[in-house]
Amino acid sequence: MSDQTPKEPGVTGTDAPEESSAFVRAVEERGAANVGLAGAGLTPTSRSKGHQTAASKALASPWFALAVAVVALALPYINSQAYTLRIATDALIFIMLAVGLNIVVGYCGLLDLGYAAFFAIGAYTAGFLATAKGMPMWATIPFVILAAVAGGIIIGGPTLRLRSDYLAIVTLGFGEIIRITANNLDVTGGPNGLFGIPDFGEFGLRADVAIYWTTAVVVILAVIASSRLGRGRLGRAWRFVREDEDAAEAMGIHTYKVKLAAYITGAIFGGLAGVLFAVHQTAISPPSFNFLWSALILMAVVLGGMGSTPGVVVGALVISLLPELLRGAENWRYFIFGVLLIIVMIFRPQGIWPYTPTEQAVKKSLFGRFKGGGSGNTAGTTTEEVAR
Amino acid sequence: MSLLRLSSVRAGYGGLQALRGVSLHASEGEITALLGANGAGKTTVLNAVCGLVPIAGGDVFFAGERVTGYPTERLVRMGLAQVPEGGKVFGELSVRDNLLLGAYSRRGRSSRAEVRDDLEEMCRMFPVLREASSRRGDTLSGGEQQMLAIARALMSRPRLLLLDEPSIGLAPMAAAEVLRQVAALRELGTTVLLVEQNVAAALQIADRGYVLEVGQVVLEGTAAELLASRDVRRAYLGRDYEGI
Amino acid sequence: MDYFLQLVLNGLFVGAFYALVALGYTMVYGIIKLLNFAHGDIYMVGGFVGFTMLTAASGAMGAKGGLLLLIVVMVLAMLTTGTLGLIIERIAYRPLRGAPRLSILITAVGASFALEYGIALAYGPNPRAYPVGMGTGSFNVFGVRISTGQLVMVVIAVILMIALDTLVRRTRSGRAMRAISQDPRACLLMGVNVDSVIARTFFLGSALAGAAGVMAGAYYGKIDFLMGFIIGLKAFTAAVIGGIGNIRGAVLGAIVLGLLESFGTAWLGSQWRDVFAFGFLILFLTVRPTGLLGERVTERV
Repeated sequence: MSDQTPKEPGVTGTDAPEESSAFVRAVEERGAANVGLAGAGLTPTSRSKGHQTAASKALASPWFALAVAVVALALPYINSQAYTLRIATDALIFIMLAVGLNIVVGYCGLLDLGYAAFFAIGAYTAGFLATAKGMPMWATIPFVILAAVAGGIIIGGPTLRLRSDYLAIVTLGFGEIIRITANNLDVTGGPNGLFGIPDFGEFGLRADVAIYWTTAVVVILAVIASSRLGRGRLGRAWRFVREDEDAAEAMGIHTYKVKLAAYITGAIFGGLAGVLFAVHQTAISPPSFNFLWSALILMAVVLGGMGSTPGVVVGALVISLLPELLRGAENWRYFIFGVLLIIVMIFRPQGIWPYTPTEQAVKKSLFGRFKGGGSGNTAGTTTEEVAR
Repeated sequence: MSLLRLSSVRAGYGGLQALRGVSLHASEGEITALLGANGAGKTTVLNAVCGLVPIAGGDVFFAGERVTGYPTERLVRMGLAQVPEGGKVFGELSVRDNLLLGAYSRRGRSSRAEVRDDLEEMCRMFPVLREASSRRGDTLSGGEQQMLAIARALMSRPRLLLLDEPSIGLAPMAAAEVLRQVAALRELGTTVLLVEQNVAAALQIADRGYVLEVGQVVLEGTAAELLASRDVRRAYLGRDYEGI
Repeated sequence: MDYFLQLVLNGLFVGAFYALVALGYTMVYGIIKLLNFAHGDIYMVGGFVGFTMLTAASGAMGAKGGLLLLIVVMVLAMLTTGTLGLIIERIAYRPLRGAPRLSILITAVGASFALEYGIALAYGPNPRAYPVGMGTGSFNVFGVRISTGQLVMVVIAVILMIALDTLVRRTRSGRAMRAISQDPRACLLMGVNVDSVIARTFFLGSALAGAAGVMAGAYYGKIDFLMGFIIGLKAFTAAVIGGIGNIRGAVLGAIVLGLLESFGTAWLGSQWRDVFAFGFLILFLTVRPTGLLGERVTERV
């Protein structure tokens, strides 16, 4: 024991500061930022603080979402430089993680501090099956989903019956378990990780363009899916549970099942994002999945506005592209992130871009008729803060 | 001389205004009863006096000082104590610890010895507490818990004791015993403001009383006057009391 | 047999160390039901405060820093981290009292981040070597090797724990703390200034974590700005095993966790130690979420 103990305080300490995360570092090391994509969402957000209703109304409209999607898909025509595409792919993957975590934290109010674990499960499952078993990348997807669901049940199953704060810390531990396990096992390549991960196919395009487009399509679908989930029957049950678990229970919602559904859905999103990540990076290793990563995703969700899909997308863009603007000042950046989390929670807990349900949605949920998808969160007349 | 005086106090929870200009006073050495139906605002009066509910308008005077908006712990130091509804005994603490918590506010102005004497005094007044001294609060019966709550409040040596429904939920015997103890407090010189559901019993031990309806005082007078009042008898005492 | 005894002793030693951090966790949780994620980082700050003071002191006094110096520095570091705990409570937690639980948890994560990277900014991201150690001597008892450092640590930890237990059980403040954890509103009626008692709780918990931080620095010889992360998790695990909110439970849980880790490491190898501990946390929450000494139902209090 005594010969091992000196390592004690440095378990995370030795690897984490230098290799904050391969992804983050990769984002940082790349050339000049292509702020064009982010700018589309950024400028209005910072202004929207004062008159969020008007801004939310305009920007949460389906037309705006469509425009963003078109810009995202058209990016290779606008600027097809390798570093632009790399940054954009990173940002897209980050968006997928953020909307996935948003289901857990934003919709259902469960604090998951180890979301990177599912990201790792997805990346490693896909990477292992593709490199060691020679499976084509697309064929790994069912296994990734299975693995993510299994992880979600193992962690969520016991903890979701308990108070919500237990989940937070258990997920934190789970994140570490996955990372350390990946580091210790041979099948995962130990500290070196897996490399030579293939892509989905090139479709006669330049490799990075093909990856970008595949990623863009998957992420756009994921954003739509998460937004629709949030507005559907299940989504309303989630919000109910978040607002008042006892009331939800009294109204006949099986809160445990509903919470588990949110947690597992989030896990699947994280796992799939992991596949995209593995393809994009072609090599993965344990430090890519540390706590910092989970914290950054959480930051994107909280900053953007928990429960609000457009807000979370903007939050994710800001968090993933900000390093380009603040290069070489990681410690300052994380310090400011921490302070910002406190400030946002105290002064603007609904985030920069709050979720604004339609009047209809509120009425429907009040009467407990969980039917249909509604017309989307466009009206912005009744914020939940008012309703509370 | 009035120890506590409320002048047109308005207070409420959120948008709901529970008190709409309540004026009343409690005279030194007397038991003043606060009567009224559920939701009339009786408990809100007590909580407004204690600083647990913010006062939106009007003033509270205690011992000649304007105490509107004072924090609760300061009011307790000045000699105000409330026994909340149900007693709110600390179930996981021993009976002795409960009593000592009652003396929390007595720091500078009284020595340990005085607190120990008062502890002894409480055990004399409520013998059941002496036997249960080291037991957990939640092992006591409902009536015993109410006694403990009153004793705990007395440990701060209050000049004014606010009692919220001390007999509610108790068996008739226990309720009568609790009210007997309340009546005995007058002999100790403690002023009492009593909120009580059982109007007949309250007016039997009280000196004066007020009737509250939807946040306003609608009737006031001596206990005898109120007992004789037709309105009180019809509204709260029922036909059985016609003969009193 | 000797090997077995050695494992038990190592487990007790690590357990005593976890206990100091777990106590702060469990006290804060007991009184305001908040998982103070920043608690592990306060331990880390304690290590750095001790580092600064010891560096200054050994610069002034030459290289010979004795155990006495270490204890003086530890007390000063406790005061510093205690004050830091007060500040964090005042800035980050008190404005959110009554806010949804999720908000406060996120604030706590923010506080943790701010502390970690605040220290990284001040001291740089690389590990620092501690200028004063706990002595390298060791002696054998019944064939078991105990180092002087371990012995000193356990003795200090036990003294601090007894002091805390006495404070909570016998004093006016302690009584108020226990009462607030049950019914803060009724405490107001007792004339208890609830905010100030909560602040005192943060001070105490943070001071204990600070002491553990200095001890860790002196024992392990180096500190870094992320060292609180794993310890925070372990301390929480210990608190859960013992029954969160229960002070004696935290100590018991820490010892159980220390022993489990000691045997788990011997069985699986040290690279699996943390996995083993957190796996045990999950298992424990499944089987007995109220902990060994917990009696209240933990589900949605």
